[in-house]
Formats: sequence, structure tokens, C-alpha cells
Amino acid sequence: MSDPTRFIPVPTPETAHFWEGARAGELRLQRCADCRKAYFPPRAFCPECGSREVRVERASGRARLYSYVINHLPAPGFTAPYAIAVVELEEGPRMMSNILDCPQTPEALVLDMPLEVTFERLSDEISLPQFRPAKGRAA
Amino acid sequence: MTPNSVAIVGAAETTELGRIPTLSQIGLHADAALNALADAGLTIQDVDGVATAGHNAVEVAHYLGIAPSWVDGTSVGGCSFMVHVRHAVAALEAGLCRTVLITHGESGRSKLGRYGPSIAPALFDQQFEQPYGVTAPPNRFTLPVLRKMKDDGLTEEQLAMVAVVQREWAAFHPRASFRDPITVEDVLNSRMIAWPFRLLMCCLVTDGGGALVLTTADRAKDFPTRPVYVRGVGEGAETPVVSQMKDFGSSAAFRTSGRLAFESAGIAHSDVDHLMIYDAFAHLPVYGLEDLGFVGRGEGGAFIAEGHTRPGGRLPLNTNGGGLSYMHSGMYGMYALQEGVRQMRGVSPAQVEGAKISLVHGVGGMFAASGTVVLSNEA
Repeated sequence: MSDPTRFIPVPTPETAHFWEGARAGELRLQRCADCRKAYFPPRAFCPECGSREVRVERASGRARLYSYVINHLPAPGFTAPYAIAVVELEEGPRMMSNILDCPQTPEALVLDMPLEVTFERLSDEISLPQFRPAKGRAA
Repeated sequence: MTPNSVAIVGAAETTELGRIPTLSQIGLHADAALNALADAGLTIQDVDGVATAGHNAVEVAHYLGIAPSWVDGTSVGGCSFMVHVRHAVAALEAGLCRTVLITHGESGRSKLGRYGPSIAPALFDQQFEQPYGVTAPPNRFTLPVLRKMKDDGLTEEQLAMVAVVQREWAAFHPRASFRDPITVEDVLNSRMIAWPFRLLMCCLVTDGGGALVLTTADRAKDFPTRPVYVRGVGEGAETPVVSQMKDFGSSAAFRTSGRLAFESAGIAHSDVDHLMIYDAFAHLPVYGLEDLGFVGRGEGGAFIAEGHTRPGGRLPLNTNGGGLSYMHSGMYGMYALQEGVRQMRGVSPAQVEGAKISLVHGVGGMFAASGTVVLSNEA
């Protein structure tokens, strides 16, 4: 069931592949065929070199906890306190995430801890990529 | 630009600051504009250039009864007014207009006559950040800081000291919202907002406005107030999506804007007598000191904690108390400029004796954009 209080992103033509992937349980990045850099968020060209020769690829789903805050302000669809984080993917790009399946405390949320992708279903159309402690290493 | 080609000949804040239930946002723009024009001994008939942010610039001009021949609606967050100064210098030097009015007004607390929040879930930034429960600057602007703490050694105590020192400056200002002294313990025991940020590390939310009147330096001596010359200017931009900031410990927009300001002014860091760094949150003066080059990477927190920026210190910083204690309507940059002008006129309640150069540095849209203005009271 979708939570009517959650903010549901709306894909654009340039980001549709990303959200289709998330719905299928895949984290999709784009990689430039010219300069070889992987990048995020999605767009139809490489923000590193401007090339339009870009391909969609499946990311490993492995990441590390790069930075975060533990938000105590009220937010629709969330129960404070909860972490708002930035994770760094194994492929290089960073993305925002919450950290699921983990106590929302500074003690449990240790910078650089290994994480793995999971998906949170928000609606029939949208599943949100999220991260949780990598299996076997959870706090 | 040519250093000192343009002067600020009128500067004022709104008649009241804090809670202003009698004026809507555009009314605050107008109140500040009329005060600044009176300060310059001018009327609306004398203005042919208008710049503002956070409100439609044409609407502000029309509301004031001005039909300008030059308008700048650059709106890149709270540093927009520093950017307007830079654009106004270019326009005045090029002869596009003769007298520029830059206005700011914001009903941050009373929320009267404001634009509504922009909810557009297909927009780039909202697609990839909003779904994760970021709701406001306190849980977005602060996101890079934990990384900087780990990589650069910044501590919670140092962040707390930013608020403590600025409260010392605010005590000089009758118009400051908060003037009572606070301690590091007070800050670290204040209510948690978004760990590691506590209430006293976050800016106020108040009503107010401010305005500036600029013209070419050859006319500057015709005005009743001591002219404040624009010696240098810079601007820069990086990303509206804080999670995509390249270096979480340093702002590319700050570095670019600061470098351009120093280069155009032709000054060294040791020439700066007075410094303003936009402080929506306690980490920003730390990033500012480092990215502007006043200290090395990772040294900003200790520099403030050691007292170098407090009253009597060698680099007076945020001498109005800043967004943390003086006032913060939402787009604070105008108030930093006002204090820079007061210092150069020699009339700040926290006057730095003999100050000849003031550097005013702004940030906007989280770490999206930046603007820097170097002011001088010598032509």
C-alpha cells in the first residue's frame, strides 16, 4: 500500500529508465562511453565531458555511508528521528538515501560503514532505492 | 571591473526587525527601499535600475512606482544581493543605468504575502532528494558536515563556539534578536534539530528587509552619507542538489566567488579588517574562512574556537551577530551587506576601529551559489 503522506517522485523522459529499474529491483546508473565515468542523477549526456554516448548499466548496489544527519523535525510520512544520508556507490557516484534496518543513532550509523541497496515501494509506479547495512556487517 | 568605480550611497534595513505583523513581503521591500533612498537623499524618481530576489523584480519596481530601464531578478538564494552588487557594478560601468536600488524583504516569521512552497516532484532536485524526507534547510544544508568532521577534524564544540562568539557580537546591537551571552554548554544542551546540529547552531526565523542604493563613484560625493566603495566582487555556483556537492568539506562556489573578489579588488587577506560570512548554520563561517583562504583546510573551526574572530580578535567576523543571533528572514545576505556598510561608514554599534576594508561573503540555496563583495571607505 502506498503511503499518501510520502513525497512520490515523478519520472521525466530522461529519468524513466532509473525508476523502471528501481521498480524491477535494479539500481541503474549511466556510464559515459567516451570518458568511462559513471554518473548520477540520470540525464541523456555525461556531465563530466558532455558526450551523448552514454549507456545504462546495473550498479552493484554496494555503497558506503558518506555523510548524514539525524533529523528530529517532523516530516510527512516519516517518524522522527530518522537519518537522511548520502551514500557513495562502489562505482563512484553519490546519492541520497535513508538507512533502513538499522538503529537511527550516531553509534549505529558509522561513517564509511558498508551498505547495500534495497527498494522501498512507495506506489505502483515508484520504488525508492534505499540502503541498509551490508549483510553480515549490520550493527 | 575597475576597483572603486561604484559606491553604495544609501543603505538601510526595514524600520522594524523581528516580528512585523503589519507588513507583507512586498511591503517589507518597499519599507527598506524608502529608508535606503531617504538615507541617500533620493526619491523613487531618481532610480532607473532595480534588482531583487525572492520576489518578482518588476512587481517590486511597480509597487514602488518605478519604471526602470534596467532590472535584475537574479535569484540564487540568500547571496543574491551580493550577486546583484556585482551585476550592478557591471551595469553602472557600462552606462546601462545611473542609480541602482537593490531590495530585500521577507516575512519569514509572520509569513505574510509570501510565495507558496514549490512542490514539483518531476523537478531534478525534488525527484532525487525530496523522497528521503528532507523538508527544510536544517536537515539539508547540514548534510555535508559529518563528513567534514571526520575528514577535517571539525568538532561539535567548535561548531558551538561559532554561536557563542557571534552572540558576543550581537550584544553590541540594540536591534539584534538575541543578545544574552551563551556558553558552549548552552549550545550543546539546546534542542536537537538534525544531529549533529542543535537549535543554537541554527539561524533565527524573523521578518525584515534591507536595501542598497548604488551609483558611479564620480557622483558619490554628492550624497549626504560617507560613500562606501565597491572595491571587488565575485560570484560562483555549484549545485542545487546538496548530495551532489563534489567536496563535502569545501564549497566550489565559495572558492570561485572568493578568488574573483580578491582578484578584482587587488587586495591580500591581510588587508581585510572586517569580515562577514553568511551563517544560516554554524558550519558556514568555518567553510567560509577556509574556502576564502583566510585559514587552511581544516583550520576554520579551531580559528574561531581560539577566539580570533571574537570582539578584540584579529579578524572580527559577523559583527552584527549574524543569522544565528541578529536576524535571519530566510535570505540573510542583505543584512551581512548592511553591517559591512555600517562598518565602512564607521557607524556600527560594534565598530571595528579604523577598519578600511570589509569583505562580505554570501551563500545561497544550500551550497548552490555564492557571492562576495569587498567594500572600502577609501576611493
